[in-house]
Amino acid sequence: MENNFFGEYKVPIIHKFDYLKPKSIDEALTVLAQSKNPAILAGGTDLVDMIKENVVQPDVVVDIKGLDALNQIKFENDTLFIGAGVTFSDLIESKIIKEKYPVIFEIAKTVASVGIRNRATVVGNICSALPCMDSGPLLSAYDASVTIAGQKGTRNIPAAEWFIAPRKTALQKGELVTGVSLPYPKVKHAGCWIKLGRYTGEDLAQVNLLILAMADGTFRISFGAVAPVPVRAKKIEKLINGQAITPSLIEKAKQLIEEEIKPITDVRATKEYRMHMAKVMFERGMNAAISRLNGCGPEYGTSVI
Amino acid sequence: MKKEIKFNLNGEAITLEVNPNEVLLEVLRDRLGAKSPKCGCDKGDCGTCTVMINGKTVRSCLVLAIEIDGQEVVTLEGLMDSGLTPLQKSFIEHNSFQCGFCAPGMILSATELLAKNQKPKREEIQEALSGNLCRCTGYTPIIDAITNLTK
Repeated sequence: MENNFFGEYKVPIIHKFDYLKPKSIDEALTVLAQSKNPAILAGGTDLVDMIKENVVQPDVVVDIKGLDALNQIKFENDTLFIGAGVTFSDLIESKIIKEKYPVIFEIAKTVASVGIRNRATVVGNICSALPCMDSGPLLSAYDASVTIAGQKGTRNIPAAEWFIAPRKTALQKGELVTGVSLPYPKVKHAGCWIKLGRYTGEDLAQVNLLILAMADGTFRISFGAVAPVPVRAKKIEKLINGQAITPSLIEKAKQLIEEEIKPITDVRATKEYRMHMAKVMFERGMNAAISRLNGCGPEYGTSVI
Repeated sequence: MKKEIKFNLNGEAITLEVNPNEVLLEVLRDRLGAKSPKCGCDKGDCGTCTVMINGKTVRSCLVLAIEIDGQEVVTLEGLMDSGLTPLQKSFIEHNSFQCGFCAPGMILSATELLAKNQKPKREEIQEALSGNLCRCTGYTPIIDAITNLTK
């Protein structure tokens, strides 16, 4: 035991488990199928903490960092594939991301801090499926699908069906998420990501918002951290798609936010504050996304809140 | 349950038997004597346990020791083969420590930043250090130490 700076005794992990680092996806799937309560380890920034807190008590930890096929960022057939081993730092440094999906760069820059981003993965983030995750709105706004390998083969689940409840996803026992696929929108578009935290850097979100503005006058709007799962704001999209974006339309859309999201009060913010800020963020995000679509607006990575 | 791992710690080849549930931070401090990484929050928020794996900073409290088989680990001790680094000297000149608990993590995070970006803007320094908490200095002397070095 170690006495830390605050005088608390830090106890090492007491729970015992086995560790395996498979060399192929098939080997990983065999272990996952044969073990009672396996845990999949990528970056470990959530998993190791959850094991320490006894939230997760695996009999075996399956480390997927040795699976090279999962460490790829690929752009093929107008679809971006982010493998399960890809970290947020990999995304920030990726040329494909900067050129084709700059808003993913903008998102990744707001995830925790460098030391976490060097380990944490997008897929791990959506598998932990905490309401405050930063990757939820990304999947939801891009109509992404989650690719899952299992012993019976591979299946794809749309983002809307992936998130079931906090910490609960459509992943079944024995399955492994190999990556996520984000179809490139067919028309010219721009995006804006806003993460509201108590301070800039190293905080979990109070409200997250991703807006994609398309050249055909449609929008995709997704909120995070204001409901059990990411919220694709379909009512707002229906109201504003194809319309001239006037201040009065924005006002109407802001009122609709009250029907779309269900924020709660917790240690990070009250529900009233979250609701109020969701409206402020929506207005600023719309302005920024539309400006970027028109070739101006703030550079990607600049916070508008 | 114990498994043998081989890795490089500060330039030295290490072979060690570890249990899968041993955390890298404990192994570094309690078994290998590398005391620069500290246990602060023990959940990845404070950055005092920062070490580098293959040149990238990580939170050693959130890494299982068994994961570093075949990897290269550097703690602050490993940067000091020929005495204090210019960054450490700059920290001393700017009085960037008070209690010193955050310093190893701060210096490793700043080292990673400077390896990628030799002329970081003040905002970029703040962003790079945002995962390293300091409860004494108010950060200004730390950021000054880094900016003055890159002038």
